[in-house]
Amino acid sequence: MNPQYLPQQPQQQYGASAGQRFGPPPNAFPPMPHGGARPSPSGTPGGFQLSSGPPAPMGMHPVGLPGPQRMGPSVQGPQPFNSDLPPPSGPVSLGPGMSGAPTSGSHHPGFSGLNMMNGPAGPPSGPPGGPGSQPPPHTMPQQAPVMVPPPTSTPNQLATQLSGMNLSGQAPPPPSIQNSNYPVGPPTKPGLASVPPGAPGANYYHSPGSFPPAINGGPPPPTSSPGQPLQPPGQQQHGAPSRYMNGSMGPPPASGRGPMVGPPQPHMPTQHGIIPPQPGNMSAAHAHMPPPTGMPPSVGGMPQSGAMPPQHGGSSFQPFMQPGPPTGKLYHPSPDMYQPNAGAPPQMQQPSMGVQGPTPNYPPLHQPVGPQQTAHQGMQSQPARRLNPNDMPSPIQVMQDDQSNRSGVFCTNQKGLVPPLVTTNFITQDQGNASPRYIRSSMYNVPATIDIMKQAALPFGIIVSPLARTVGEEYVLPIVNMGEIGPVRCNRCKAYMCPYMQFIDGGRRFHCLFCKATTEVPAEYFQHLDHTGQRVDRFERPELILGSYEFVATKDYCRDNTFPKPPALIFLIDVSYNNIKNGMVRLLCSQMKEILKLLPKDEGAEKSNMRVGFITYNNTVHFYNVKGCLAQPQMMVVGDVQDMFMPLLEGFLCDPMESETVIDSLMEQIPAMFADTRETETILAPAIQAGLEALKASECAGKLLVFHSSLPIAEAPGKLSNRDDRKILGTEKEKAVLTPQVNVYNNLGQECVSAGCSVDLFVFNNSYFDLATIGQVSRLSGGEIYKYTYFQADLDGERLITDIKHDVIRPVAFDAVMRVRTSTGVRATDFYGHFFMSNTKDMELASIDCDKALAIEIKHDDKLTDEDGVYIQVALLYTSCGGQRRIRIINLSLKTCTEMADLYRNCELDTLINFFSKQAVFQLLESSPKAVKENLIKRCAQILATYRKYCSSPSSAGQLILPECMKLLPLYMNNILKSDAISGGSDMTIDDRSFIMQAVTIMDIPSSVVFFYPRLVPLHEIDVDSTELPTAIRCTSEKIRDDGVYLLENGIHMFLWIGLNAGMEWVQNVFGVLSAAQVNIERTSLPELDNPLSVRIRSVIDSIRQQRHRCMRLTLVRQRDKLEMVFKHFLIEDRGLDGSASYVDFLCHMHKEIRNLLS
Amino acid sequence: MTTYEEFIQQNEDRDGVRFTWNVWPSSRIDATRLVVPLGCLYQPLKERPDLPPIQYDPVPCTRNTCRAILNPLCQVDYRAKLWVCNFCLQRNPFPPQYVAISEQHQPAELMPMLSTIEYIITRAQCLPPVFLLVVDTCIDDEELGALKDSLQMSLSLLPPNALIGLITFGKMVQVHELGCEGCSKSYVFRGTKNLTAKQIQDMLGIGKFSAPQQQQPRGPGGQPLPPANRFLQPVNICDMNLTDLLGELQRDPWPVAQGKRSLRSTGVALSIAVGLLECTYPNTGARIMLFVGGPASQGPGQVVNDDLREPIRSHHDIHKDNAKYMKKAIKHYDALAIRAAVNGHAIDIYSCALDQTGLLEMKQCCNSTGGHMVMGDSFNSSLFKQTFQRVFARDQKGDLKMAFNGTLEVKTSRELKVSGAIGSCVSLNVKGPCVADTEIGMGSTCQWKFCTFNPNTTCALFFEVVNQHSAPIPQGGRGCIQMITQYQHSSGQRRIRVTTVARNWADASVNLHQIGAGFDQEAAAVLMARMVVYRAEIDDGPDVLRWVDRMLIRLCQKFGEYAKDDSNSFHLPDNFTLYPQFMYHLRRSQFLQVFNNSPDETSFYRHMLMREDLTQSLIMIQPILYSYNFNGPPEPVLLDTSSIQADRILLLDTFFQILIFHGETIAQWRALHYQDLPAHENFRQLLQAPVDDAQDILQTRFPMPRYIDTEQGGSQARFLLSKVNPSQTHNNMYAYGGAMPVPSAESGAPVLTDDVSLQVFMEHLRKLAVSSTA
Repeated sequence: MNPQYLPQQPQQQYGASAGQRFGPPPNAFPPMPHGGARPSPSGTPGGFQLSSGPPAPMGMHPVGLPGPQRMGPSVQGPQPFNSDLPPPSGPVSLGPGMSGAPTSGSHHPGFSGLNMMNGPAGPPSGPPGGPGSQPPPHTMPQQAPVMVPPPTSTPNQLATQLSGMNLSGQAPPPPSIQNSNYPVGPPTKPGLASVPPGAPGANYYHSPGSFPPAINGGPPPPTSSPGQPLQPPGQQQHGAPSRYMNGSMGPPPASGRGPMVGPPQPHMPTQHGIIPPQPGNMSAAHAHMPPPTGMPPSVGGMPQSGAMPPQHGGSSFQPFMQPGPPTGKLYHPSPDMYQPNAGAPPQMQQPSMGVQGPTPNYPPLHQPVGPQQTAHQGMQSQPARRLNPNDMPSPIQVMQDDQSNRSGVFCTNQKGLVPPLVTTNFITQDQGNASPRYIRSSMYNVPATIDIMKQAALPFGIIVSPLARTVGEEYVLPIVNMGEIGPVRCNRCKAYMCPYMQFIDGGRRFHCLFCKATTEVPAEYFQHLDHTGQRVDRFERPELILGSYEFVATKDYCRDNTFPKPPALIFLIDVSYNNIKNGMVRLLCSQMKEILKLLPKDEGAEKSNMRVGFITYNNTVHFYNVKGCLAQPQMMVVGDVQDMFMPLLEGFLCDPMESETVIDSLMEQIPAMFADTRETETILAPAIQAGLEALKASECAGKLLVFHSSLPIAEAPGKLSNRDDRKILGTEKEKAVLTPQVNVYNNLGQECVSAGCSVDLFVFNNSYFDLATIGQVSRLSGGEIYKYTYFQADLDGERLITDIKHDVIRPVAFDAVMRVRTSTGVRATDFYGHFFMSNTKDMELASIDCDKALAIEIKHDDKLTDEDGVYIQVALLYTSCGGQRRIRIINLSLKTCTEMADLYRNCELDTLINFFSKQAVFQLLESSPKAVKENLIKRCAQILATYRKYCSSPSSAGQLILPECMKLLPLYMNNILKSDAISGGSDMTIDDRSFIMQAVTIMDIPSSVVFFYPRLVPLHEIDVDSTELPTAIRCTSEKIRDDGVYLLENGIHMFLWIGLNAGMEWVQNVFGVLSAAQVNIERTSLPELDNPLSVRIRSVIDSIRQQRHRCMRLTLVRQRDKLEMVFKHFLIEDRGLDGSASYVDFLCHMHKEIRNLLS
Repeated sequence: MTTYEEFIQQNEDRDGVRFTWNVWPSSRIDATRLVVPLGCLYQPLKERPDLPPIQYDPVPCTRNTCRAILNPLCQVDYRAKLWVCNFCLQRNPFPPQYVAISEQHQPAELMPMLSTIEYIITRAQCLPPVFLLVVDTCIDDEELGALKDSLQMSLSLLPPNALIGLITFGKMVQVHELGCEGCSKSYVFRGTKNLTAKQIQDMLGIGKFSAPQQQQPRGPGGQPLPPANRFLQPVNICDMNLTDLLGELQRDPWPVAQGKRSLRSTGVALSIAVGLLECTYPNTGARIMLFVGGPASQGPGQVVNDDLREPIRSHHDIHKDNAKYMKKAIKHYDALAIRAAVNGHAIDIYSCALDQTGLLEMKQCCNSTGGHMVMGDSFNSSLFKQTFQRVFARDQKGDLKMAFNGTLEVKTSRELKVSGAIGSCVSLNVKGPCVADTEIGMGSTCQWKFCTFNPNTTCALFFEVVNQHSAPIPQGGRGCIQMITQYQHSSGQRRIRVTTVARNWADASVNLHQIGAGFDQEAAAVLMARMVVYRAEIDDGPDVLRWVDRMLIRLCQKFGEYAKDDSNSFHLPDNFTLYPQFMYHLRRSQFLQVFNNSPDETSFYRHMLMREDLTQSLIMIQPILYSYNFNGPPEPVLLDTSSIQADRILLLDTFFQILIFHGETIAQWRALHYQDLPAHENFRQLLQAPVDDAQDILQTRFPMPRYIDTEQGGSQARFLLSKVNPSQTHNNMYAYGGAMPVPSAESGAPVLTDDVSLQVFMEHLRKLAVSSTA
């Protein structure tokens, strides 16, 4: 696959697809792009980055028009989105809007808004208001097209491409297209026709809006006859299209603008995208795909090429460029490619583009299309159309490419080697640097000067998951026991012995690469050097040859200088009315026996050494003595909640095997004892304090699993008041409810940390429980939060038990301290995650497990030298679940660079996104959400602009050029901005918001990748005989067909969307009912039917669940049901229901920003 | 009525009253000159098996300030159906139900022989007594095992309907919930934190403060059960459960480091017990039974810290003001005692440890509430086991010999006022017309609370004659005193016992001999002992002793016959002769001498003196010594060194100890096992006789005395030697013609002491009494 893809894919696919279905479209495409280009040019002049750039070249495009058009459409688009139908009309106008002026106006507002996320609000208003500004957006789209070189091409090389926005053609850069084609292919085709445009675009928008029709529309498009599609989309749309067609330009704008305003924008861009032409260029980019020629040329991107090429050649490039002219040539070929690829999508867009562009150049194709598109999607779609989403860099494609190119064995033998993506299946072979599962850096070539850092605006961050699981044949970390002398360390900086230490003086001393100091080798550790100056025993000593390994700690590393006892697990169960009534207590108690069998044990140990204890509480705290020798358990009630203490010593913590019968009997008693409780006022802080005291009294570290029900309002420390006011979420005042209302839980959390007690909260709330306050105790103690709102044991029980089991069984470290040491010149300065810091260097983690990651920002102190590189050593001192004190060492070496290009070529986007998201969540609690978002956008623009400035050819400013390894940055950045964690508004509860924010704070990279770009998997055409997960498709409503069934998951939520026209047989096989309409969407699991399809679907769901560390609840969503809104919220490439920017919108905005920065 | 002795005996038998003076001086000034105050020892519950309880309510005087109860001393007008209150002279009509009375048909309360009478208030609610066990678990397994046995055994001794509860403590305090199936449940409190009653009740989820529960569990009768029923349940219901619970009690699990004491939260445990009862059964008869095996070492009420290097305070430390925890602890326990007493709850302390446990600090808990204080070495000793068993002794009717929540009220006729009481009670601070200005003991009130008391319980009451010399009392006038005791009988009934006594007045200026003849030297000795001990609790040693001496001298001066400055002429009337001897022994007793006693022991001894009846008190003051030999039946002998003879067996009863002392020869014989030879059957019998007698005493005494079997030269013989009058010591044994240091057959054994002997004491007394300058 991979190889083929890269080079051929585009072509092949395109060709294939084109040939097959889209034959025509393809053709159309190419033209389209051109057309697009033209417009863009015009746009460029306008100053729109996108359009302008490209357009300029095109000349034809007189961007102006496009711009406006875009505007128009965009405007309309938006509206449609929002209101769906009404907008249609708008669209129409939009079409005209293309004309630009109006649109432009609208765009501006829209853009800014969109980009911002505020989008929703912004756009609408925007349109009217700031036409001026709008233009840019439009342009954006148009220009946008350019873009990322399709990863497909040899990974790096091609990268470039443009995703001509509108011009789908371009953007579609192979990858996306391909992807899309494959899965979506069909639909797209239709789309192509005109509908497509409309449809696709419309779908986007509509989908959110809830336009199933749009979807339908989609199908029709396949037909290819634009006309049809148009019709389906909606008459309104038609109207619109028509307008488009006609005066897409002039008239539309006026009318269009008004309506179109916000929403359309995105589309608009696309339309402008007409840029397609650019795409054309892009196509050139595509050419990249066809690596050989394409690449270079594209790169060359003409002017850019100069700079770029090298880069490309180096590895990945991407710049898009629209430089019309140059590209033109090169691209041409690509266009073809595209067509096929784009297949449907491109076409669609093209059409739209066509509209504009067509008029001039490609009239034929475009026009038809255009109209159709317009017609269909009406307003919205049209705009969208212009920039074909399929042309924009696609994460799916990127992942596939990486999978093809980099799967297999990854050797860590080089400094600064960029690892494969987290989504790629690879096996690490540790040859001196730690596995990327433990540590990843946002950059693997670190700029030597602060200056470069500042200009690039890229953060130097590392994401550390010190306990990450190994995969497949990867070895478990070797444990080095140095005996009495303990680990050998540098005398000055205290760095641990690692492969970076250089032995000198015949092996008597070693030189530390971190601090440059020289340290005597302890006599016990002395070893002769061989002729290469390396120790002869280095292959016998993991610490001399590996990137990660563990030391056995000596007493000096232990609390009170005594070796620790095995950690303990304490279950703290809220037995107030709520938890009894919802069945949680009974369920938990009934499953306890199973849960206790899963206690973790050290590698090689026969049985777990961990002990367990039980506490229940309502407005008092109840401890249980479960000593094995007792005839029955003893309950001890502590009513002194003001001043909690541990009432018993022996028998509270016990070995679950020895006390099995007593625990069994206790688990029978607990539900019985509280069966009649009417207690609704509960405490929390004292209960946690109780668990803490229990651990303290037993002198061991451990973890509390707290099963809590409601806001603690009983008279006790930690009593909270109800400040549930979700209206202020998303406003500047939201901090008031997202920060703790009292510091009791913070203090408690600190106490917990200092005692090595971590707190995992399982919450079963029916109402507000102030997670922002309560969660502090988990945050500071390295814990985690699980939330089961409206829990019902029969529905959610399995999920809960799965989560508990997972929480218990996973690899975990207790009572840990982590420090990051770096070589001189850089220094770890900022830390994000769940832990506590009492000084500026040590992260104290009462526990950390394999699912958690910490983000650490490293900053320059000084200029780095070229040859040295940057060395990072993460040391985690912890107590293993068997009670052994160990130090886990994770080493990573990075290169230094003085060229901007090197920097951009060696970045890790997933790490960057993970880092940005954690940082943003953190900042949200300190500054205003607006500032945080603006900062992200600014930073994103700065990163890309700097790249454009230094690494890509000086091609026209109107072209959007993205670095290959960060071509998804705009998408992901937009997704961060759109995510509930950052932007959650009043449509969610405060607790949900806090929950998500905390979840983001601890996310490791595999989780954040899917969290920020949900996985959408079509299930209706699944291969029953395969055992692999079906390939994911782009996360947009454009890809959704109403005769399909899709699974969407982001690690937190999982939806199964069922189209109303889903195949009867399929529905029958999986749900056991006759039609989609009869599916009971209340259920949270699929019925177990005895047929291959049912088995296969369930196994898909199971295997996806297994990849996530939280058991996701399966929510069934039937098309057009209320819940569909929620589902669509997660179609992240689309415009949000709240008006937040779509991928297209944002890309356009980015383009504008970049242009601003460059100008 | 022939002699005063008989009169006194008869009065004691009938009313349980012993007055110091049986003829009263008619004026205040004369009364004060009698030296020994006018007072009495009164046993409110004196066993009167012959006394039929009256099943109706007493008839009170209608005057609000009086409310005295109709009694045989009242004048009755049978025709007008009126009676005249003999205290306030109010004329009262008989209540309607008395309409049929006549001189021939008198109600019981008017019969002269029923000067003491007991009413049963049938309409009052019948409440079972409450027993709350508070058990120290910081004791070794053997001790704990023995204690658990005793406690389990005690369950069978309780009335089936009695409520019982369990609190255990060590480092923590646990209140055990009873009647839990499948999972024993207890509420735990930190042992270092002083909690208010409200906090305790909140944490236990009981009490008036907690919101009314919607669903109150209902008892079998449909009556709502009190919320505390989780903690206090009828014995017959929770019997099994509690037995198991006690059986599972483990030694306090918290580790005790080398060189440390267990952390023992006695203060908090007691506080929680008091708090629990306070809100659940206020004003209901209840006993908190505290079992401690060591000193409180943390929290409020702490008497020592947990560092073994610091020993618990001694008298010496206290004297030097070096007992840093004492004052605070006393304050804590005193406050608890008051709270318990106000609610009618008694606190018993069973202290079994080789070292002190802080009885000094806790003493008010027992003293104020009438609870028992028992001091032993081990819970595994028969002393504790039998004593504890005896707490639950029953009378002929099968009722426990204990009464609860009693109130003693004293009424006096106009010439008298009551100036105070000394005993195991607290003042209720009820002012009334018969309350004197002067205070002796707990005064300024005419009512006292006895949270629990038994037939032996004796209270000392003091009176003041307020009649002025200028207002002579008519010839034949009599002063009256009425004692009204309301209490909760162990059967749950509410009862009232009324004792009304009267004595003649005499003008001391004219008829001093008459008054002197009515002197009861035994009562006087005990009363004086109580007064002096009461003072000793507050004052320091020397002052108290001087006061005792001065009072004795003044009494001798007042009633002795002598020529001035001629000690040989001194002579006391017959009914005064023993009094100086009592005083002599009192001065030497452990009540006033702390040497060789720990503060705890002192507190314990004094506690017993404050509650026992006259006979027992006298034994404490002057132990009894019996002699057994081949020459005749056992006989009492002088408590003197001269009684220690080689061929005698001595039986000493000090109340606290029963000691059998074998003379040197006897001991030798016994060592040679002559008693096992048939030929020496009589020797065996001789050896057995004092043992049998001792058993008799042991059977009846509460608390069970320490039983000691020793012999001449034995280490335990010190108990005897410290009690006998040291007429022979190392100082004088040569002087008095004692031929040799060896105790001759007839001269007894010398005692190595510097104490003065009785003879010397008496000489000095005479000298001082006759001295014109004294």
